[in-house]
Amino acid sequence: MELFLNSAESANVNPEKLMPMADAIARFVADGAEVVIEGFTHLISFAAAHEIIRQRKRDLTLCRLTPDLVYEQMIAAGCASKLVFSWAGNPGAGPLYALRRAVEQGLPHPLELEEYSHFGMVARFQAGAAHLPFLPLRTFTGSDLPRVNERIREIACPYTGERLATVPALNPDVAIIHVQRADTSGNCQVWGLLGVQKEAAFAASKVIIVAEEIVDEAVIRADPNRTLLPGFIVSAVVHEPWGCHPSFAQGYYDRDNDFYVAWREISQDAAKLAAWLDEWVYGVANRAEYVRKMGDALTRLTARQQMSSGVNYGY
Amino acid sequence: MATDPGYSPSELMVSAAARELRDGEVVFVGIGLPNLACNLARRLHAPNLVLIYESGAVGAVPERIPVSIGDPALVTNSIAVASMSEIFYNYLQGGKIDVGFLQGAQIDRFGNLNTTVIGDYAHPKVRLPGSGGACEIAIHAKRVLCIAAQSKKSFPAKIDFVTSPGHLTGGDHRQRLGMRGAGPQRVITDLALYDFGTGETAGEMRVTSLHPGVTLDKVRENLGWEPRVAAELATTSAPTREELRLLRDELDPGGLYL
Repeated sequence: MELFLNSAESANVNPEKLMPMADAIARFVADGAEVVIEGFTHLISFAAAHEIIRQRKRDLTLCRLTPDLVYEQMIAAGCASKLVFSWAGNPGAGPLYALRRAVEQGLPHPLELEEYSHFGMVARFQAGAAHLPFLPLRTFTGSDLPRVNERIREIACPYTGERLATVPALNPDVAIIHVQRADTSGNCQVWGLLGVQKEAAFAASKVIIVAEEIVDEAVIRADPNRTLLPGFIVSAVVHEPWGCHPSFAQGYYDRDNDFYVAWREISQDAAKLAAWLDEWVYGVANRAEYVRKMGDALTRLTARQQMSSGVNYGY
Repeated sequence: MATDPGYSPSELMVSAAARELRDGEVVFVGIGLPNLACNLARRLHAPNLVLIYESGAVGAVPERIPVSIGDPALVTNSIAVASMSEIFYNYLQGGKIDVGFLQGAQIDRFGNLNTTVIGDYAHPKVRLPGSGGACEIAIHAKRVLCIAAQSKKSFPAKIDFVTSPGHLTGGDHRQRLGMRGAGPQRVITDLALYDFGTGETAGEMRVTSLHPGVTLDKVRENLGWEPRVAAELATTSAPTREELRLLRDELDPGGLYL
């Protein structure tokens, strides 16, 4: 049993959490680390992924329900040696060809797979967040998945004897979570699709919050039901407007579906993909430069307004 | 094809799938044709259909055709947005989902689905996306509808990998393993409609209806096994003018899926 004695190292007492993406990645993403960039189609931090590529991190274990374009780019750039996942496609637009090259042909180098269903991955994060060694769940019955993943196991219910599937806790070294707004302590709020970010963050040793907007703590306190995570579990806060493109941020900008469709052709050809990385990742110093390069797309993708009414928090 | 029937195979599949849905049901929606079928049913005979997407949107009323399972249009004006832990533990495993839609690269005669690999798992010929939520939808939805274009390749005698369980080896195999959901009840292809039989042959696909202009021979040519056939074989109703208008003018005007 581990003991928590070193509370002075807790994320809460560090007043200097707000930092550029380059610093956050350099400090909290080590070669060989188990890394989670979550966000189920919504709020995916491509900005963080691109900085990890630029810093040429290696031998990462990438965990995520849907590797999506974000991990495919990291895999193609040579950052990953292992992928833990549950659905690997280009959502709504076809296969992930570069990921397939890695799995089917070992190019640019082999990629180890550890595969679950969505429910399995969700339960892994949930167990990790709750400091449980595993969680039982009702799935995988009759499926071949347990045959190819020995970490999917069974337990007898201690009350009824019923056989239940189990998955082990997932406790990544670092979770990178994009949010609509955060204060400089890392208290952060999201709306729209919630995915599994809360569980992933609580499961991780370190949490990097990337925000569309940095707001005053009073903005957070005015609407506490919308808060995803408290700042005291957050290690770094990065301000990165448009940091999710081509993914989306509800109320800020739409998913760039044209890009997802265009990616089909880019990822089909290793040379084209390398050229894309050269231009859009290695060729820019940071996200701000990427956003300037987006040009007219910004107007096309900017969200229209549909405001929600406030509620009375008084008593 | 002898004459142009005035609709595409996809349009027929979507209209047939929509007619399987009853008003007030709670449906776990997949992207593509299932999404069109659910939204078509909601505009016609099932205005109270509750659309749930695995991304967490509950009671979604998308104004535009969602381009992915997590489109922002699913959130705007929905009833609720649930975390994925809630979606899988409470909604799905909790037994709140009436209908699940599944598609597969391979489907066998018992409705078992493969979306994982073609060939050997360790050295696949083609690496497919994997389960996503399909495995648990197959287990927990009260009933499952499958949509797939039919060919010998996509409906082989034996699939390379069981990602999501159908009726496994047939009969009451599912119930014996403790699954609460009834499993696949219909398969909707571009040639025919199937149910899963009764009695001795329960759990095995059975042709119940041929699409207009399709012969039983054509169905046989595009299956990896000799199919069971219902005693009274129906002809699938063609999409109505109103269904086609909604699909073409409102639900998928860009022809993204049709």
